[in-house]
Amino acid sequence: MRSVPLALSINGQVRQVQAGLADTLLTVLRDQLLLTAAKRGCNQGVCGACTVLIDGRPQRACLSLAANCRDSTITTLEGLRGDRDMARLQGAFQSSGAVQCGFCTPGILISAHWLLKQEPKPSIPAIRAGISGNLCRCTGYRKIIDAVAAAASAAAAEAGA
Amino acid sequence: MTALPGAVGSAFARVDVREKVEGRAQYTADLYRPGMLHGAILGSPHAHARIKSYDIGAALAVTGVHCVITGDDFGDHRMGAFIKDEHAIAKHKVRYVGEPVAAVAAETEAAARLAARLVNVEYEELPAILTPEDALKPGAAIIHEDLESYFKVFDTGSRGNICSRTEFSQGDASAWAKCEVVVEGHYTTQPQAHVSLEPCGALAEPDAAGRITLWSANQSVFRVQANVCESLGMPMSQLRCVTPRVGAGFGNKMEAHIQPIAVKLAMASGRPVKLILTREEDFEIVRARHPFKIRMKTGAKRDGTLVAREVEVLLDGGAYADDSPGVLGNGLWFSGGPYRLEYLRTWGTLVYTNKLRFGAFRGFGNPQVTFAGEQQIDEIAARIGMDPVALRERNLVRGDDRWFGGTEVGSNALGKCLEQVKERSGWSRRAELKPSAPGRKRGLGVACTAHVSGLLATGAIIRMLEDGSIVLNTGAVDIGQGSDTVLSQICAEALKVPIDRIRLASPDTDGSPYNWGTTASRVTYTTGRAVVAAAGEVERQAKDHAAEILECAPADLELRPGGQFGIVGVPEKSVTFAAISARAHWAKGGPIVGTNSFVFDRPTFDPKRAIAIGLPFPAIGALAFGAIVVDAEVDTVTGKVEIRRAWSAVDAGRAINPQSVEGQIEGAFVQGMGLALTEEMVWDGGRLANPSLMDYKVPTALDAPFEIDPIIVESYEPDGPFGAKGVGEIGINGVPAAIANAVASAIGARLSALPLTPERVLGAMLSLPS
Repeated sequence: MRSVPLALSINGQVRQVQAGLADTLLTVLRDQLLLTAAKRGCNQGVCGACTVLIDGRPQRACLSLAANCRDSTITTLEGLRGDRDMARLQGAFQSSGAVQCGFCTPGILISAHWLLKQEPKPSIPAIRAGISGNLCRCTGYRKIIDAVAAAASAAAAEAGA
Repeated sequence: MTALPGAVGSAFARVDVREKVEGRAQYTADLYRPGMLHGAILGSPHAHARIKSYDIGAALAVTGVHCVITGDDFGDHRMGAFIKDEHAIAKHKVRYVGEPVAAVAAETEAAARLAARLVNVEYEELPAILTPEDALKPGAAIIHEDLESYFKVFDTGSRGNICSRTEFSQGDASAWAKCEVVVEGHYTTQPQAHVSLEPCGALAEPDAAGRITLWSANQSVFRVQANVCESLGMPMSQLRCVTPRVGAGFGNKMEAHIQPIAVKLAMASGRPVKLILTREEDFEIVRARHPFKIRMKTGAKRDGTLVAREVEVLLDGGAYADDSPGVLGNGLWFSGGPYRLEYLRTWGTLVYTNKLRFGAFRGFGNPQVTFAGEQQIDEIAARIGMDPVALRERNLVRGDDRWFGGTEVGSNALGKCLEQVKERSGWSRRAELKPSAPGRKRGLGVACTAHVSGLLATGAIIRMLEDGSIVLNTGAVDIGQGSDTVLSQICAEALKVPIDRIRLASPDTDGSPYNWGTTASRVTYTTGRAVVAAAGEVERQAKDHAAEILECAPADLELRPGGQFGIVGVPEKSVTFAAISARAHWAKGGPIVGTNSFVFDRPTFDPKRAIAIGLPFPAIGALAFGAIVVDAEVDTVTGKVEIRRAWSAVDAGRAINPQSVEGQIEGAFVQGMGLALTEEMVWDGGRLANPSLMDYKVPTALDAPFEIDPIIVESYEPDGPFGAKGVGEIGINGVPAAIANAVASAIGARLSALPLTPERVLGAMLSLPS
């Protein structure tokens, strides 16, 4: 299969990769760049475990062709190390019991991070809707929703302080 | 209780949570090895066919392909937990659509998949047997011609297409004469897919001496080793199995999936080979929850005393036995429900068909029989005009009662569980509940259940390192439920050290003590026990050192918080684990290692009390209990059922980590809700029609109720570590039944088939006399 060199802007760096026309962003992230936080749960665009930010918006890396991402800015969970909002969410996930097997966690964190950017104090129904594109088979979602709400409260408290 | 971080009873954050929220946790697919190839498989297009020949020429010609293997490359070796009926890859015959017939290792995944499709297999089609009824017809095509010669671990009664049969009975059938009310019905349940978010996969790597290391997604590193070695005919010492992080299991990673094929590809290519299933393959070729056909009859007196029950089940086992005989036995063992019955007879037949193998799935046959049994309890309550909760309270197994067949019940807080869900749900005021909108009907439903916690062999090794820090090694696989944390907490509590002084060794067949697996709600209960005993051994050895260092008798010493021994009543006289361990390593006695292992051997059946034919598990375990109330609303126009709220109480013995217990209750509820309402694997002929998450509906955050109230009840299990017993499965058993009872309460009609789809619910409403 023919592959072409490609420059992708990932986590603030330009990365040179070789991508076939049918290669997805997920395959390139994982197999070439060893950025494995985004998971391949279904490769069908349903489970959300591969969610990354493309130009700041959560997208399925398994449905995004790498070649189409040439002019985009891509951020994976690895690239949000040091981001205060993400750190707050991660802390809330840790203390709320929102993580069991953890396979869905990186994707849910990306979705929740974006939700809180759009809506810093989301209602419970808004949180449920905001993570409804990410499947979790372990937790029943309750503790994930609690964690997102806790992170929002913590951010509000910090902002008020 | 000590106040150290991570002590038993504290909601200590998971030991593996940081790496998981940072995206650094490594699952099998995240591993890359130098020179690694990618594997792919070719699945059978036929449900039942004889393999006549293979042509691998075109596949081998694909650029980047290193090897192509077929059934001809495998010896005639079979694996299986109860009946050794399964080759590593199809050999001579295929028995279901998707069954692996060939595999390829290539430089890239794309090349491997392309080449796999180019393997040309010539088949001679055979009649496909797609239902258990067809399998039992005289003259039906036989799926396993050599069934009689297969090795079996118990008296299975296999013949024709019958894989196994089991029958239990206790009491005298004359009890029926005392029954004033008898209800009888037929019930069916559907196949459910596990849908662990991580699809199954494996990575096998040969070392310079030809020995293989195998990383894989599994629930038991030792079952992986046994299955691979049995199916490839290799000595177990030739294979080292290890387990990275696992993205959930629920039963589908307990027995083998494609680990034997990955090992064979690595041996054939001489290179590391990673083989990860697609989601479609994971649906089509791993395993699923059994569809049950149940006939059940229950009799009671008018005063509400349950008297007798008879249960007959027919199980579709799919193409291979796998854990099915155990599921049949377990389903029957729990089919009487957690009630005192004078007479119970329960029997079933497990049948081979040309479908994907059915096997272990959280609940292990129990949710299916409970769906039937708990509806019949409600029907009896309606017939005699008694409150369904009051009827249950009157008949619960309690006190010193033995379980069906005679096994001892060490701890039992079922009554308290039921009381809790009754009070918190406002059960007594349920007549006042109003639907949220016109055109909707609302009702509460209840269910009580029991489940096993135990089985088979387990062990623990605790090593005190030179600096006094601790390495705990159990071989138990944490599939996400949190056993690494719970076992660390148990160890920390037993040795009175902060949890950060303890590190858990990863499961490894070279170094870990045997552990049968993360299944049967057993790790906390059995492995936790081994950890307590091994810690006791460490304490004993360390205490001898402390006595010599402090020049006193061991009896005068106490274990003090923080990893030290001191002389009782003399606070200033103490010695640390570090000093003790340095002495043991360099001067006297040798390094401190505490070990324990045991096999659970309390008999399931007492032949003086009950009759058991074809018993698959002679020693099963302790009993966990649970009660659930569900608040459901039905849209009378669409038939759609919405769960508004649920209260789920479990008897945990003692909650080692309450937050993790809640996580099990909540997760089990939503998985049970999927089983009750939306999930169903559908076959179109021999082919699975919905092997995708688009067409197979797992509940999302919008489907699951936000308000699930997890209620932990503690009974203190005398055999468990610090009183604990397992809670992994108990929370799912009653969910479909409680939802069905809530729907019946709302609409006034009963449904006997799962899932409770809008079509079925509407149909039930329309069939009511207007």
